[in-house]
Amino acid sequence: MTEMGRWRDIDKLLARPGNIISPGFEPSPQLREEIGGLVRVLVVGAGGLGCELLKDLALSGFKNIDVIDMDTIEVSNLNRQFLFRIHDVGKSKAEVAAKRVMERVSGVNITPHFCRIEDKDIEFYSDFNIIVLGLDSIEARSYINSVACSFLEYDPDDNPVPETIKPMVDGGTEGFKGHARVIVPGTTPCFECNIWLFPPQVKFPLCTLAETPRTAAHCIEYAHLIKWDEVHNGKTFDPDDPEHMQWVYSEALKRAELFGITGVTYSLTQGVVKNIIPAIASTNAIVSAACALEALKLVSGCSRTLSNYLTYNGLEGTHIKVTDFIRDKDCLVCGPGTLIELDSSVTLLQFMELLGKHPQLRLSKPSITHRGNNLYMQAPPVLEEMTRSNLQLPLFDLIDKVPKDTVHVSGTTEKNDKRTTCLRKLRVVFKDQVNGVTSMDTAGAN
Amino acid sequence: MAAESKTKYDRQLRIWGEQGQTALEKASICLLNCGPTGSEALKNLVLGGIGSITVIDGSKVEMHDLGNNFMLDEKSLGQSKAKCVCAFLQELNDAVKAKFVEESPETLIESTPSFFSQFTLVIATQLLENSLLKLDKICRQANVMLVVARSYGLTGLVRISLKEHTVVESKPDHFLDDLRLHCPWPELKEFANNIDLNVKDPVVHKHTPYIVILIRLAEKWAQAHGGCLPSTRQEKKEFKDEIKAHMLNLDEENYKEAIEASFKVSAARGISSQLRQVINDSAAEVELTSSDFWVMVAALKEFVENEGDGEPPLEGSIPDMTSLTEYYVSLQKIYQAKAESDCLAVEQRVRTILKRVGRDHCAISKATIRNFCKNARKLTVRRYRCIEDEFKSPILPELQKYLADEDSSVAVGFYILLRAVDRFAANYNRFPGAFDGEIDEDVTRLKTIAIGILSDSGFHGPTLSEDLINEMCRFGAAEVHAVAAFVGGVASQEVIKLTTKQFVPLAGTFIFNGIDHKSQVLAL
Repeated sequence: MTEMGRWRDIDKLLARPGNIISPGFEPSPQLREEIGGLVRVLVVGAGGLGCELLKDLALSGFKNIDVIDMDTIEVSNLNRQFLFRIHDVGKSKAEVAAKRVMERVSGVNITPHFCRIEDKDIEFYSDFNIIVLGLDSIEARSYINSVACSFLEYDPDDNPVPETIKPMVDGGTEGFKGHARVIVPGTTPCFECNIWLFPPQVKFPLCTLAETPRTAAHCIEYAHLIKWDEVHNGKTFDPDDPEHMQWVYSEALKRAELFGITGVTYSLTQGVVKNIIPAIASTNAIVSAACALEALKLVSGCSRTLSNYLTYNGLEGTHIKVTDFIRDKDCLVCGPGTLIELDSSVTLLQFMELLGKHPQLRLSKPSITHRGNNLYMQAPPVLEEMTRSNLQLPLFDLIDKVPKDTVHVSGTTEKNDKRTTCLRKLRVVFKDQVNGVTSMDTAGAN
Repeated sequence: MAAESKTKYDRQLRIWGEQGQTALEKASICLLNCGPTGSEALKNLVLGGIGSITVIDGSKVEMHDLGNNFMLDEKSLGQSKAKCVCAFLQELNDAVKAKFVEESPETLIESTPSFFSQFTLVIATQLLENSLLKLDKICRQANVMLVVARSYGLTGLVRISLKEHTVVESKPDHFLDDLRLHCPWPELKEFANNIDLNVKDPVVHKHTPYIVILIRLAEKWAQAHGGCLPSTRQEKKEFKDEIKAHMLNLDEENYKEAIEASFKVSAARGISSQLRQVINDSAAEVELTSSDFWVMVAALKEFVENEGDGEPPLEGSIPDMTSLTEYYVSLQKIYQAKAESDCLAVEQRVRTILKRVGRDHCAISKATIRNFCKNARKLTVRRYRCIEDEFKSPILPELQKYLADEDSSVAVGFYILLRAVDRFAANYNRFPGAFDGEIDEDVTRLKTIAIGILSDSGFHGPTLSEDLINEMCRFGAAEVHAVAAFVGGVASQEVIKLTTKQFVPLAGTFIFNGIDHKSQVLAL
């Protein structure tokens, strides 16, 4: 089939010179083809935002798209996740979404990944030119952000090295409200630089639940968090098991009656227990469209980019605000990396112990890589066994006796009483070697 | 509602409830032109379970449609666009009645204006000025709501046109709760007075609700200050210190909450200026043809002037606060009882008014009146000028303000240029920048037209930015998918608010700025 004229509309932006553009914009009738051929984009999440993003990107000239999502389709997705039908319930979101968009938009290639984001190794992520996030959890955003920022290298003057920058576009919605942001690591704030924009969810104090319940939600959380464990010795509560949910609902109802509290419904029980965030098609469409447009601008330069955080509020009128947030120069994630000074005799095991005690890092169960090589891996067991012998060797020897270099560590850290997976970039310097090298260099220059 | 629908729509029922959903399912929507802007707007409504859609488009699917419209595929080439888009939309939700008419909207507007009166709402996309002005008059005449959406390169707009839209459930984001701490009614005062603030039991002490703490301490303050409540900054600080002095130790949550909420005792008496405007509206002088909303506003006005003693009916709900269960439940009952008695008073007035204007005195249900009373402080009325009036005589001081303001200058530039391209199209039978070779000439022509529009409006100041005019010609009327999805998304959001009669719709014209995303709503 001839493609003549198919991309007439988008080509007006890509083939014609403009007056309000980004540096590096090189308009040409071939630009769209070049983007389609060269750029690889990763969409993280195939839910409400992900479905929209895949459609928007496919119709914006992107041709090599990957999508990753561990979830399967549920009936309650169908009011907004327009790529799914009732007969798809139970199937992988990523796989169905990829298939539907490829059926509709010829020439686009979408590779689905039906797994957790943590299941992919770092190399997987390094292959993409741009990452677009359509997620609903802070933890997942934080993880992808740390992965993208781990590729970032700085030159000796602490300026980011352009080839190592992996830009991200992030969207999020809740009801009639949403946000879209552009993250260019090293230039604009990363997710961690203004993590305060996402305050942790407030939990009810246990004593309120146990002794002075006042609201329907208190009764539900009592049944869910306290009564369940008392009655079911050792059996884990499964929020997706309707029988479990029904049990919590009826227990909550009993408790509410006991205290004269009204308002416990099955729907509220689900909402409280699963922490359901209300979601509608239109908000997802708006936020995703903004993200896709920014992705196109980032790879083409065809217009100015969002600088750097957009909030949308449709509760009263249609209110859009753009805020230019500032980077945290000392950010542990997108900064030049946490400096760790060591002696060249320190073994890998000793180094790992040090990371657990480091006041800013407090990393436990670390897996360590250096320039793509595994130095020590906690899992899977095969890799653990293969790398175990490195533990007793000096780190200095393991990284080819370079006096100053960057290593990547992934592990768990505790934040707000919650264990989260994280990735950190560390700049290790072997004090006893740095001076030696300097004098050798000086000697060479003479 | 069927169990499957309940599950399918769960995430949106949590926003607009079953009532909102029922309103959506009763709505019939007409779409003019089913390019990506219109298709995307309808997609969001079909997913949400809108009652019926009718797609009007007279064109056949061409190659370029496959580059920007997801509701078409290669098999659609050469076929009726309305038919193909309609079929793909139907796939999204079989509960929606989907129809199409293969006819150009312009022709339909000219030939069969009565066609539009069957709909709840018309979404007009990519419609040029001449047809739009005619459609606006038709819709107003027939009391059909109109939502206009346009995508154009990296810009676009959404506007609403209808005579009047009244909202009871405006559901604002942050709204001060209605606790009446500054003027407690006898039952509430009595409850507070029966609680010993200096109780010895530390558990009871730290579970005395802040409502009680504040009523008691406010009364004490008033006694010492000639009947006045803390009003100056200094007084408010002293009042907080007074609260703090009652703490047994610094981690008593209820006292911390009392300090944080202490400003509520200083709340101004009476109704807000927004509500005053509503009850003083001339529509509140009701007659036989007045809507239920205005009948209830008339009753509300009488209530405020009589039983309410200057205050609106009590909302009746209280926020969660640290408290013994028993105290909290008792307080809830006291607030609910007062709300119920206020509502009863309003209801009696509604019945009397209905009789007076010659309607059945039971024409408005108790549940409707109760809901109205619960939301009385948040009533919102929106009225929209007819589009032709806005075009002929925009509010000049606003226009000047927007043009001079750095944040809105791009948006107002696009506003003028979006009108200018339609005049250009009327003159030259094509849009500026349609051909690669004539862009420079088109820039000059478009600029002349834009200046003409400004001076017709009575504005003779500095003209629009050259860069913006250049960009507008570069766009060449392109309908870029991501822009269309954004603009269509906003349009569908407004349709939802209008049909559910919940939340507050757009006040003016929303101008999408796809360059740096500093989109604006212009009230002209």
